[in-house]
Amino acid sequence: MSPAPVPVPRTVLDASDISRALTRIAHEILERNRGADPVVLLGIPTRGVGLATRISERIAAVEGQSVPTGSLDVTMYRDDIGLKPARALEHTDIPPGGIDGKVVVLVDDVLFSGRTIRAALDAIGDIGRPKAVQLAVLVDRGHRELPIRADYVGKNLPTSLVERVTVHLTEYDGTDAVLIADKTGAAV
Amino acid sequence: MRHLLSAGDLSLDEANLILDTAEEMRSLADRPIKKLPALRGRTVVNLFFEDSTRTRISFEAAAKRLSADVINFSAKGSSVSKGESLKDTALTLQAMGADGVVCRHGASGAPHLLATSGWMTGAIVNAGDGTHEHPTQALLDAFTMRRHLGSLEGRRITIVGDVLHSRVARSNVLLLSTLGADVTVVAPPTLLPVDMSRWPCTTSYDFDSVLPKSDAVMMLRVQRERMGEAFFPSAREYTRRYGLDVHRMAQLSDEAIVLHPGPMNRGMEISAEVADSTRSVIVEQVTNGVAVRMAVLYLLLSGSNETSSEEQNA
Repeated sequence: MSPAPVPVPRTVLDASDISRALTRIAHEILERNRGADPVVLLGIPTRGVGLATRISERIAAVEGQSVPTGSLDVTMYRDDIGLKPARALEHTDIPPGGIDGKVVVLVDDVLFSGRTIRAALDAIGDIGRPKAVQLAVLVDRGHRELPIRADYVGKNLPTSLVERVTVHLTEYDGTDAVLIADKTGAAV
Repeated sequence: MRHLLSAGDLSLDEANLILDTAEEMRSLADRPIKKLPALRGRTVVNLFFEDSTRTRISFEAAAKRLSADVINFSAKGSSVSKGESLKDTALTLQAMGADGVVCRHGASGAPHLLATSGWMTGAIVNAGDGTHEHPTQALLDAFTMRRHLGSLEGRRITIVGDVLHSRVARSNVLLLSTLGADVTVVAPPTLLPVDMSRWPCTTSYDFDSVLPKSDAVMMLRVQRERMGEAFFPSAREYTRRYGLDVHRMAQLSDEAIVLHPGPMNRGMEISAEVADSTRSVIVEQVTNGVAVRMAVLYLLLSGSNETSSEEQNA
């Protein structure tokens, strides 16, 4: 008897797809804000931080000027905080110049219900008053539960609610890939 | 973690989780709005049967910064002074819907009784019970040392003074040994418990021989209010043998720090020059106390109790 096959998720974006998407997003951010001057990048842990760092590197390469980049933990601002067990906090690191009067670009890996972004908007409100807040995501998988949309999208990925979208980044997972699987973990 | 009753109950992972969470909480002190919404709608009762300023206001500040509602209860001027029992006080607080109770009591084991009796369903945090334990003080001491010394693994920490009456010493010895530190307790024989064999530390009667090897020295307050009899011949003799003054401080290594849980008896266990020196982290301990208590309240109260038991089964 052969063992049951291990479910293998399908790869939607590979390393070069992710790289091209981030390069395009970096250019779009610069174009829309007419340069890097007003921009502050804030990644949402865990993988949003890695993506923000990569976008920041691309902006620096294009403009010859680095943009302040940090991380923003939204755990304590989530609307399901009392419904789940207490979670460990992630690191929040606001760049030294602060965010007052700046254009904050939030960076996250997957945009789904929109609740993480709502929490992030509340968290930003406690830190300062940016001129504007924009949102960059690697994957938009739909199924929004709040009136929130992304300004910069790596890839729009139509999904069903039972599917799982996973983003792997070299910094955390050893490889760059966006994977999609059904609830058993098999390819769809 | 359902309650925080003893520093000895914490595993290494739990202790590190609290200290790492406190690190995030501490960065809040640098922000314009020092408030987080994590405990919105939760009620924290400060149930203090014993006098305390710094622990009570530290817990109060911590709970308020997490947006909890805080009710302060002190035994003086309450129905306890009319003879109400701990049980009836607990039932009253339960009826008012306390999600968390921070308890300080003169009797060792009172928080444990509140946690295990079934009188109330909220989380209990021990804020000092008799001569037993004071776990949040140990956590803030460990947090302060970690910020200055890095990992406490293998670090040599010396605790000096009235160990017999000190809940701070007991909690610190238990927590620091969990964190891998090498703890030495220094006191006159009369101020050590009779049997130290089950404490995970070494003991010494000679402060001067331990000093040069120490990475951190924690001075304990001489608790006159708990001393009904003479434990040492005179205050001067105690100061000469176990007090930390500038001459003793000079024996410390360059990066060693000095801690004191407060309130200090300046000139008794610690001289004013030492307390105000650059090695002293005593004021910083107070700042860190708020962050550590925020971390404890957040981890105990922010989640739902039902799902946490499910998670343990999963």
